[in-house]
Amino acid sequence: MSNIIGIGAAPRRKEDFRFLTGRGNYVADVKRADMTFGVFIRSQHGHALIRGIDKTAALAMPGVEAVLTGDDVAADGLGSLPCGWGIHGSDGLPMKEPAFPMLAQGKVRFVGDMVAFVIADTLELARAAAEAVVIDYDVLPAVVGVLEAVRPGAPQLFDDVPNNLCCDWELGDKTAVATAFRKAAHVARLSLVNNRLIGNPMEPRAAIAEYNGGTGHYTLWTTSQFPHVVRFLMSALVLKIPEQKMRVVAPDVGGGFGVKQFHYGEEAVITWAARRVGRPVKWVADRSEGFVSDRHGRDHVTEAELALDENGKFLALKVVTLANMGGYLSTFGPNIPTNLYGPLLGGVYTTPAIYCNVKVVFTNTVPVDAYRGAGRPEATFVVERLVDVAAKEMGIDRVELRRRNIIPKEAYPYQTPVLVEYDSGDPMGCLEGALAAADVAGFAERKTASERDGKFRGLGYSTYVEACGLAPSRFAGRLGARGGLYESATVRVHPTGQVTVLIGTHNHGQGHETTFAQIVSEKLGVAFDNVDIVFGDTDRVQFGMGTYGSRSLVVGGAALSKASDKVVVKGKKIAAHLLEASEQDIQFEAGVFSVAGTDRSKTFQEIAGAAYVPHDYPLEILEPGLEEQAYYDPVNFTYPGGCHIAEVEIDPETGIVTLEKYTAVDDVGTVINPMIVEGQLHGGIVQGVGQALYENAVYDDVSGQLLSGSFMDYTMPRADHLPNMAIKTHSTLCTHTPMGVKGCGEVGTIGSPAAVINSVVDALSHLGVMHVDMPATPNRIWRVIQNAAMPQAAE
Amino acid sequence: MKISFALNGRPRTVDVEPATLVSELLRENLNLTGTHVGCDTSQCGACVVLFNGEAVKSCTLLAPMLDGGTLTTIEGLSGPSGSNALHPMQQAFHENHGLQCGFCTPGMVMTAVASTAKNPAPTEAEVRHGLEGNICRCTGYQNIVASVLAGAAAMNAPAIGE
Repeated sequence: MSNIIGIGAAPRRKEDFRFLTGRGNYVADVKRADMTFGVFIRSQHGHALIRGIDKTAALAMPGVEAVLTGDDVAADGLGSLPCGWGIHGSDGLPMKEPAFPMLAQGKVRFVGDMVAFVIADTLELARAAAEAVVIDYDVLPAVVGVLEAVRPGAPQLFDDVPNNLCCDWELGDKTAVATAFRKAAHVARLSLVNNRLIGNPMEPRAAIAEYNGGTGHYTLWTTSQFPHVVRFLMSALVLKIPEQKMRVVAPDVGGGFGVKQFHYGEEAVITWAARRVGRPVKWVADRSEGFVSDRHGRDHVTEAELALDENGKFLALKVVTLANMGGYLSTFGPNIPTNLYGPLLGGVYTTPAIYCNVKVVFTNTVPVDAYRGAGRPEATFVVERLVDVAAKEMGIDRVELRRRNIIPKEAYPYQTPVLVEYDSGDPMGCLEGALAAADVAGFAERKTASERDGKFRGLGYSTYVEACGLAPSRFAGRLGARGGLYESATVRVHPTGQVTVLIGTHNHGQGHETTFAQIVSEKLGVAFDNVDIVFGDTDRVQFGMGTYGSRSLVVGGAALSKASDKVVVKGKKIAAHLLEASEQDIQFEAGVFSVAGTDRSKTFQEIAGAAYVPHDYPLEILEPGLEEQAYYDPVNFTYPGGCHIAEVEIDPETGIVTLEKYTAVDDVGTVINPMIVEGQLHGGIVQGVGQALYENAVYDDVSGQLLSGSFMDYTMPRADHLPNMAIKTHSTLCTHTPMGVKGCGEVGTIGSPAAVINSVVDALSHLGVMHVDMPATPNRIWRVIQNAAMPQAAE
Repeated sequence: MKISFALNGRPRTVDVEPATLVSELLRENLNLTGTHVGCDTSQCGACVVLFNGEAVKSCTLLAPMLDGGTLTTIEGLSGPSGSNALHPMQQAFHENHGLQCGFCTPGMVMTAVASTAKNPAPTEAEVRHGLEGNICRCTGYQNIVASVLAGAAAMNAPAIGE
């Protein structure tokens, strides 16, 4: 068939047309007959006791349906929001896991914590009624920073969580590390902060729920990256609604980046409320509301030490981190700064001994959970910054020090000292490729030119690896996962030979409708235009764990590949019958089943037709129909990575850092659609650049108020902040995924913060600057320059 | 109050509360949900429409201001509704992978169309500056910039047959 568009091609995206013409279907676009509107009343205080809630005035307003509070939740016997991971501390004890109620129960623990839900005929009325609800708070001292939260005498969020310590977690061989440090010729040390971020997908979160009293069925439309998981959690644990009576739809979702991969209280409250009021209920978050309720990311304080021998070989790494969990444990919360952080501290290096201790800490802030990269950007930042510090202190060139320690290509598979075994990779190849692509040889000349203009210029490297394709269930289970992390796909071949794929991952910008169609087009020889991908609806798709952790292609694509193979196997049986040949003699290529060594053949379309019109069909041995399903559980993580090189110019007069050049050479395994991969890298890199240069969630440390609570205060990267990036791939194939794919959704965000900050520090190195915390704002950089200049000024 | 204006090439009269924002009028009253709302501080640009040919954030306009004017939304950019044709700028976004999740896309396209009308042959730097009021979280802007440059070139190319 002429219109097969397979692996490696770059067709334009199938999903574009509806978005380009304003015909997407986002949750906020959904309207239901007799719909009501809901408004959440959120805590204005970082930490307070709720003495009482007076709903009288609000309920007296005509058109107000209900005001629901924590007392109503308790009266209805509903559950709290579950955490999907149960980690254990170094003492072997489980983490402290206080309940995360849907609506506050007597106490609020962060600004934005949900206290009540007001439902009315119109949004205006719901807002007015929310104003009329009187909440009597007894305000308590708040604590927002991890260092402060673990100090004696700090405000305590939970009575049964002493020192606000959720878990004191460790990984690695402490003794081996201590021994190595004693033998070290040099120890490089670094204290750093990994700044708190707010994911801010452009579509604010939203939900609509509807209850059909005639059938007992619920429908929830929600901005989710994993609708089946939302349904499962609500059904099994939170609302206890029979799973078969609940449909969760995540239609077009306007970006996720992790922010939409959690089960939020809003989803449960709205579903419950729809039954209580007997009418559909709609809620759309304002952006300001998103800032104080979307789960935040990062927020670490870290002390790290790297031991080296006299030749600069890494002997051991020791990392101690305090990780902020915010006010409650979110769905993946405690997993992120532990299991997705410690195992990545090996980086691309042969460091033989690593020890990591992470104190997971509650504070009066928005719960912290996964945000694009999730744990791995933090690990990469620690390692790659520390390598630069060591190079500077030992007088070894930064690239040379990396070369001395990088795992050689021949050494793969490579077992690290921190659980994970890298199956394949070529970090040296990525490094060499990036050095050439970034024209590092010409840097000195560019630096001189900058100096002539009174500017500082710097170059920064990040050679990194990540673990993605979440996740091998057995491995994850040992680490504390409470669910499986496989994926499922159904390939439904219609009687015409056209194909619908039902897949459990969720497409919210990643181009799955295109990439997955390419896989089917290649595997079944069906025209690209004749393949549709369906996702995001629990009534249509069998099951799925959703999209996060760069898993969609790696795990979902693998399930799709397996299901497609099953279709071919069945197709061969049908073809053998029709062609009166033995099944072993049937070949399948480019959409044609043929008998080996003959010109006898049947097209894929003919086989599909025979499967559904089984007049001449082996009914004794084969069921009619042509539809196959596969579940795929990976055997290992995948390990994409690469080398990023950032080049910045700094204006010492203003402190403004300008990103001048950015080069990435990444190993993402097999590339299905290079256009989409490049787009994922662009977006990922810019989110990392945002962390490094612009973005910062700032809390007032007395009141617990979020000071960066809008796009006026929280700097998002804009078009004029950025240069054109140069993206290349240098792929080795994953040895255990069906197509050799590794995933590419997060690599950009993981590699880039370290590259950018390393370039900023390099630009300031002549001033003796060894480290700059993120974000490298003009204010911060100007101060660094002024402070560094001060001794000279005194001379 | 009643207001009359041209919407996507057709005359419309609507009865609306004077305090209604145009973004709200479009989405809630007129069911034109292609215009998106991504913030509450007029920062994100997802709601940009063409009002009398100018790119305007529709969350900054009150409905009565439309009276007597001409409004074009993403649904009407390529011609009368029902048409499946793409405007050259929409086509350029498709060809250059200038969108991912699609949420900021209508605002980006409308902004690009208006700026190209004023500056038919922009440089890359001018395009980046022109998009300063539109936030995208997915693309890193690189392919949006490429799309706008290509779209501008296509808008200014002589039509076939001319």
